[in-house]
Amino acid sequence: MAVLIWIPVVLPLLLGAASALRRRSGWTLWLPVSAAAVLLGVGVALVAVVGSTGPLTAADGLLRVDALSAWMLAVVGAVAVVALWGGIPHRTHQGRNIGAFATLLCLFLSAMSLAVVADNVGLMWVAIELTTITTAFLVGARGGRGALEAAWKYVVLGSVGVAIAFLGIVLLSAASHGTGEPSLSWTVLVAHAASLDPALTRAGAALAVLGFATKAGLAPTHSWLPDAHSQAPSTVSGLMSGVLLSVAFYAVLRVQAIGDAALGPELMRGLLTAAGLLSLAVTAGLVITQKDFKRLLAYSSIEHMGLLALGAAAGGPFAIAALLLHMLGHGLIKSSMFVLAGRILGFAGSHHIADVRNLLRRRPDLGGPFLLGAAGLLGFPPFVTFFTEVAIIIAGFQRGLGWQMLVACALLLVVFAGVVRHVLAMTVGAEADRDAARTSSAPPDRPARFRQVPIGIALAAAAVLGFAAWPLSGPLLAAVAALGGVR
Amino acid sequence: MSTQLYQQLLATTTGLLLLTAVLQVWGRTIIRAIGLLVVQGVALAGLVLTVGVRAGEPTAPLVAALVLVVKAGVLPWAMARGARRAGATRDNAALAKPAVELIGAAGLTVLAYAVSGPLVGEAADPALRAVPVGFSLILLGFWQLLIRGSAITQLVGFLMLDNGIATVSFLISGGLPLVVELGATLDVLLVVLILGALLVRMQAEQGHIDVPELRELHD
Repeated sequence: MAVLIWIPVVLPLLLGAASALRRRSGWTLWLPVSAAAVLLGVGVALVAVVGSTGPLTAADGLLRVDALSAWMLAVVGAVAVVALWGGIPHRTHQGRNIGAFATLLCLFLSAMSLAVVADNVGLMWVAIELTTITTAFLVGARGGRGALEAAWKYVVLGSVGVAIAFLGIVLLSAASHGTGEPSLSWTVLVAHAASLDPALTRAGAALAVLGFATKAGLAPTHSWLPDAHSQAPSTVSGLMSGVLLSVAFYAVLRVQAIGDAALGPELMRGLLTAAGLLSLAVTAGLVITQKDFKRLLAYSSIEHMGLLALGAAAGGPFAIAALLLHMLGHGLIKSSMFVLAGRILGFAGSHHIADVRNLLRRRPDLGGPFLLGAAGLLGFPPFVTFFTEVAIIIAGFQRGLGWQMLVACALLLVVFAGVVRHVLAMTVGAEADRDAARTSSAPPDRPARFRQVPIGIALAAAAVLGFAAWPLSGPLLAAVAALGGVR
Repeated sequence: MSTQLYQQLLATTTGLLLLTAVLQVWGRTIIRAIGLLVVQGVALAGLVLTVGVRAGEPTAPLVAALVLVVKAGVLPWAMARGARRAGATRDNAALAKPAVELIGAAGLTVLAYAVSGPLVGEAADPALRAVPVGFSLILLGFWQLLIRGSAITQLVGFLMLDNGIATVSFLISGGLPLVVELGATLDVLLVVLILGALLVRMQAEQGHIDVPELRELHD
């Protein structure tokens, strides 16, 4: 069964090599999609296997899949299928560098898989830094000054942030010297938490959370995110917003488990509450006046990461299970939204909200799903985000974060108002359609039916998940237990 | 290795690390910044060898050789190549005067000694007592990233930060497992190569490599 651990890491590498060899062929873009589908399949299989037999290990314990890792693999696979399949460009828009693009996407998938299956915290760090490296050129792929600036900021801030996390990991490793077997294995660190050096653990865990929070786009170190996510091609934005942020947040959760076990929950709770509220405040402050719809989606990701941070701060099985489900729901919706945003950009030729009007009438195939997806992002029922957001807030109240949750609700209302205003302006409009002539001639990129399929599946899944959560409760609670259970 | 020799080697290498970091803040020419980085890489490799041999690590010479090749060879070479292709010789876009830079650097070094006190405690081990040097390098690297405008000198700041983390890592825990060291080294190498490629694109796009001029994206 240990071979299942290797597939998500190695298979995308092989497919990446294949697409590097066939650089000019359009079909290479299907290789990352198939890699993502395999990831999803393996993730689901691992959820089942780990649920019945317990954690699997490989490579002398360097790699280990517990219920949480398996869940994350499934989330990565599911979101990546939507973003990659939906984002395949029309034949007429495919550039010459298509193979290189596909190769980098495959490497990116492999790096994310490695990050979630690594048991060694150092190896997890290496994998997360590799995600920055593989996406650097993807962010700058469109060319031009904006993309260049976004890529530069992304790599510099991402690497510096993650370097801070590395310092934290070094200190955690030093803290484990007193246990008799110095180790960076996550399982060993959690098992020997009581004998870790408290001063070093405190500094190490705080620095590691701070560093990985940079990569997860939490305020105050979020400034790279709106630039990178708005300038990257839509597939890449969808992957980064939908799932890379969650993978980075997964690292935060792992470090939090070590810190909580060694020092009690206060330190991590304080850090994560501050980061969560600050992220919501940043989003609330900037969505109202936002002029660019891709940046709007990027800020929405900061908001959702803030919610995850609040969930992690609350702690306990209810909040953590809700948080893990929220990762899936948000990932599915956000990747669809970015794919749609890319198509809207192709249709309207502009990033500006003001240049996009009346989408529901002019392009119902774009406007309809965009409106639905926005409702999902805002947490309208029946979307799963409604249930998970309510669960996180209730859990916060139950666990003594009362006023923090009240502030969060107020900030969420502001975000709600801002996003609704912009999305309604883009999709519905009462005035007569001035550009009616443009809509009558079929645009060259009118999508084939099958390009709508992933969006449809993702939005439908996000709508159904909330009601179908009971079969998922087993795996979710197992994932919570893997993190150290009830705290 | 006798204790006296060990202490002398430790003092020499960490002293050299701190000296190159402070000198780094001083000058403005790019060739000098890269030259200091080479010296810093050599000092770091010496430190790795000293600590490793003292601890009886069989892989110490290998890791030290790796550090030497990457930090004193490949990375400075890649940066010099990037600077040459971008035609940059001086950092003209620095945001602070040299005097301010130096005072800031001195303050940060003091701060580094202050924050690492509680972490390492009253250690008798000379390696642990040298840990503040690593924290100084980290803070000075940050300082350089903040106040320098040229893309190359910012990159130098990033590498100094990375050298600082490596210094702390070797002094405080004798280094990390080999697979993590290798992975981390590879990551830094790739980051520098990517930033080098972006730098060349920056030069082609806007005719200079001053980061403060990148102002296209804002809210």
